[in-house]
Amino acid sequence: MRPAMGRALNHRKNSNRVLPYRRTKQGTQPPYLYPPYRLTLPRSPRQPLVVLPHTLSEVTGPVFGHNAMGETDNDLTRQHAGEPLGERITVSGRVLDDNGRPVPDTLIEIWQCNAAGRYRHRIDQHDAPLDPNFSGAGRTLTDNQGRYRFVTIKPGPYPWENHQNAWRPAHIHFSLFGTAFLTRLVTQMYFPGDPLLPFDPIINSVPQERARQRLISKFKWSRTEPGWALGFHFDIVLRGHEETPFENDR
Amino acid sequence: MKTTGSKKQSLVPTPSQTVGPYFAICLEGPCCVKNLAPNGVKGERMRLTCVVFDRAGKPVPDSLIEIWQANADGKYHHPSDRQPQSIDSRFGGFGRQVTDEKGVCEFETIKPGRVPGRGDTLQAPHLEVAVFARGILKQLVTRIYFSGDGANGECPVLRLVPKVRRRTLMAQPVPGQPGSWRHEIHLSGAEETVFFDV
Repeated sequence: MRPAMGRALNHRKNSNRVLPYRRTKQGTQPPYLYPPYRLTLPRSPRQPLVVLPHTLSEVTGPVFGHNAMGETDNDLTRQHAGEPLGERITVSGRVLDDNGRPVPDTLIEIWQCNAAGRYRHRIDQHDAPLDPNFSGAGRTLTDNQGRYRFVTIKPGPYPWENHQNAWRPAHIHFSLFGTAFLTRLVTQMYFPGDPLLPFDPIINSVPQERARQRLISKFKWSRTEPGWALGFHFDIVLRGHEETPFENDR
Repeated sequence: MKTTGSKKQSLVPTPSQTVGPYFAICLEGPCCVKNLAPNGVKGERMRLTCVVFDRAGKPVPDSLIEIWQANADGKYHHPSDRQPQSIDSRFGGFGRQVTDEKGVCEFETIKPGRVPGRGDTLQAPHLEVAVFARGILKQLVTRIYFSGDGANGECPVLRLVPKVRRRTLMAQPVPGQPGSWRHEIHLSGAEETVFFDV
């Protein structure tokens, strides 16, 4: 083999090296089939998943920049002519990986219903008023320390059709990308002390109590702004790399 | 939150929760990309139609499909891809669409090149796919390959899949429409698609 060709091959080999992410621990994520949440029955696979060793396809993922952000994207109370009705709050925290390292410059999208428990969506027929001053959607990027902050109003609980007298606890939907296709996370943030939490099949689909606690924000005096808004703290932990790099060829 | 670096004391990741029925108020925003490849982006153009079905074979009208792919040279627009091929700033490689009442959504893109697998292998052209919907508590991860592609037989990832189920990962060419591909995703049931644990 000519030396130049050897170099090219080595380059390709080195660029093949993939730093894998830590596998999810049992009990920390919901199963696909969870009969108390009825709609999992027609929509969950029954065949075992095929375990996929991580390749470039899984450890890469979309990157979004600041040009995707509008000025009021992270303040859901300033997106219309007037202020929305409801209890004004801030939701802030950090995005970390499971090694405890901040995840900077990553996109967070949120959506929620209004204070009366109604989404601005054509299929939401809950008998509660829409608020002309509230759309319920926001987005932001984390800063270089992984921090983020939203201003919004506290969403209301609302009924749903899962079972007799079913009500969702108040929640805000969160969507995060992180650093790779496999760090993608869509989740929901709940509020501390919500009496509906013990009865909700969606949060209770997560087997481990410790993991469920991750989904419940904390009330913080230090984030509460006098005369203006209560502060809720919500850290989000995405999957991180295994600590030791491995040789792709093994 | 306590910061730890050791393998044994890693933090518990935040659990996934369903995207629910109302995600469109947010996720149909600026990151909702149907056409991934503006004119001039290198590669074989294709129109990809995805159709999602539930266990009863009924279309799923409220799912969110995200795709992630390499460019025509097999390189991802991402810092972890250190291959020497160049990238095109107009082609990010990410798409997101919502299925309609027939369970259908469509992407316009280019066919991805082959990307490295583990060791000295090359994977066959494929797209990474994540499926979100109410009733799905954590996104389902699958792939789309291209039926008839000569590289499929040697793809190290396809080889992990039982032979009889590999066809569930294959988009099919639409007869009479060159450059058009159709792919069915069956969440459950007799035709259940292969989903991956990543």
